[in-house]
Amino acid sequence: MSLQLVLDYLLSPVFFHGALMTLLITVTSLVFGILAGLVIALLQEARFTPARVVALAYLWLFRGTPVLFQIIFIYNVLPSFGIRLSAFLSAVIALSLNEGAYMAEILRSGLNAVKTGQRTAGLALGLTRAGVMRHIVLPQAVRIILPPVGNQMIGMLKTSALVSVVAVEELLLVANQTASANFRYFEALTAAGLYYLILTTIFMGAQAWLERSLDHKRRRTRKARPLLERLAPAADAR
Amino acid sequence: MNSAQPETPMTAEPFPAAAPLLNVVDVSKRFGALQVLKNCSLTVQAKETVVLIGPSGSGKSTLLRCINLLSPADTGGIFFRGEDITHEMKDAPRIRREIGMVFQNFELFQHLTAAENIMLAPMKVLGMSRADAHDVAVELLGKVHIPDKADAYPDELSGGQQQRVAIARALAMKPAVMLYDEPTSALDPEMIREVLDVMAELSAEGMTSIVVTHEMGFARRAADRIVFMESGEIVETAKADDFFGGTVNARARRFLDQILH
Ligand SMILES: Nc1ncnc2c1ncn2[C@@H]1O[C@H](COP(=O)(O)OP(=O)(O)OP(=O)(O)O)[C@@H](O)[C@H]1O
Ligand SMILES: [Mg+2]
Repeated sequence: MSLQLVLDYLLSPVFFHGALMTLLITVTSLVFGILAGLVIALLQEARFTPARVVALAYLWLFRGTPVLFQIIFIYNVLPSFGIRLSAFLSAVIALSLNEGAYMAEILRSGLNAVKTGQRTAGLALGLTRAGVMRHIVLPQAVRIILPPVGNQMIGMLKTSALVSVVAVEELLLVANQTASANFRYFEALTAAGLYYLILTTIFMGAQAWLERSLDHKRRRTRKARPLLERLAPAADAR
Repeated sequence: MNSAQPETPMTAEPFPAAAPLLNVVDVSKRFGALQVLKNCSLTVQAKETVVLIGPSGSGKSTLLRCINLLSPADTGGIFFRGEDITHEMKDAPRIRREIGMVFQNFELFQHLTAAENIMLAPMKVLGMSRADAHDVAVELLGKVHIPDKADAYPDELSGGQQQRVAIARALAMKPAVMLYDEPTSALDPEMIREVLDVMAELSAEGMTSIVVTHEMGFARRAADRIVFMESGEIVETAKADDFFGGTVNARARRFLDQILH
C-alpha cells in the first residue's frame, strides 16, 4: 500500500470532481427534499380528505420501497414513458422524492410545536398571518427542525453513494473505477473515505454552529449535542 | 414589512364623548349546529370595567373573540369607536392593535425574553425602533411590578409573572380596551392576587376593560358593571353596586352560590 498514492488520489482532479458531485447531489436533493416534505406536510395538515389521502399514498410509496429501487426505477422505467432524464437528474429526483417522505414528518413536528395559542396571541396584537408566521412560528419551528434536518443531511451524504448504480460520476463510482483499472483498492477507497469524512465533518461543524447561533437562549445553559448523535442514523434507516 | 403602510393615528376621528367605546348589538354565532351566542348586546363606555361571568360553555370566550374579530360574528353588529367593524375581517390587524387581549394560558412567545415579547408588536406592527420599544418594555415591566425580569425567558418565570408580562405585552400597543379571558384561572392561588392587583390598578387608571373571571373579589373591587351569560345569552347586566347589593336575577344568584360554594 502506498500513502503517496492515497495523497495523489486525494489531490487528483477526478477524485475532487467526484467529491464535488457527491456534495452537489447531497445539497440539491436535500433542498428539493425539504420542498417536497413541505408540500406533503401541508397536504397532511389539510382539512380536505383527498389531500391527506394523496400524502398518505406518497409516504407509503416512498417509505415502503428501498431508495435504491427508487433510483433504478426512475432512471430505467421513466424513459419507456418517453421521459428521458440524465443520470444525474434521475438520481436527484429519486433522492429528493425519497427525502421528502422523511422530511414531511420533521417539518410537521416543528410547525406543530408552536401551539395555536401563541398564533392567536400574535394576531390579537395586530400582526398579520404572515407576520405571525415569520416572527412567531418560524423562529421556533426552525430550532426544533434544525437538528433532525442536519442528521438527514449527513444521512443523504451517505445515501448519495447509491446513485453510483446509475453511473453518476460521484465519489464512490470514481474510486471504484480508479481501483478496477489497477487493483489498488486500498488507496482509491481510502481516498474516497477521507473525502466522505471531510464532508461529514464540515456538515457537522456547520450544523453545530447554526444550532448555536439560532438558539440564543440555550447558549447560557445548554450543553452541546454529543457529536456522535449527529452521525446516528435516522430512526427509520433506509 | 410595515414601513410601507400608511400611518394610522392612534386616535381616529373624534367621536361624541357620550357614545360608547364599544357597542355589541344583537350578535349571534353558531358553530355547526351549536348556537353559541344568541342575540348578545353589550355596551361598554370608555374607562369602564365590565366583568363577564357565566357557567362553562356559556359563550364568554366566544364573545370576546368576536369583539376583536378572531372569530367573526354571524349576525349582528360590533361598533368600536363608532366604526362598524363587524365585517372588517380584512382590516382586522389594524383594529386588533387597539384591542388588547390576555389569555388564560398567557401565550407568551417562548423564543423571546419578557422584554422582547413586549417589544415585538410595537416594532413589527407599529414600526417602532428597537430602542424606543425597549424603553416601552422597561416602563411596562415596572408597571406590572417585575422590573427585573426583562431578560428572563417565559419558562424562567412563574405563572403570575408570565401573565403580567402578557398584560404588559398587550398594553405596549396602547389599546383602547383590554379583553381578559379568565386571566387567573391557570394560576396557583398564591399568584392570583398579584395579577388581579395589576388589573385593578389599570382599571382604576381608567383602562377600559372587559374581564371574564370568576374572581368575585376582583369584581367587587374593580367592576363598574357585571354581565351574566348563560347558554349563549346575556341574561343580566347590572351595576356592580346593585349586583352585590343583592338585586340579582335568580339564575345569576344560583350561579354565584355555586362558584362561591
Ligand atoms: N371553534 C369552535 N368550534 C366548535 N365549537 C366551539 C368552538 N369554540 C367554542 N365552541 C363551543 O362553543 C361553546 C361556548 O364556548 P366558549 O369557549 O365561548 O365558552 P366559555 O363561556 O368561554 O366557557 P369556559 O368557561 O369553559 O371557557 C362551547 O360549547 C364550546 O364547546
Ligand atoms: Mg372560555
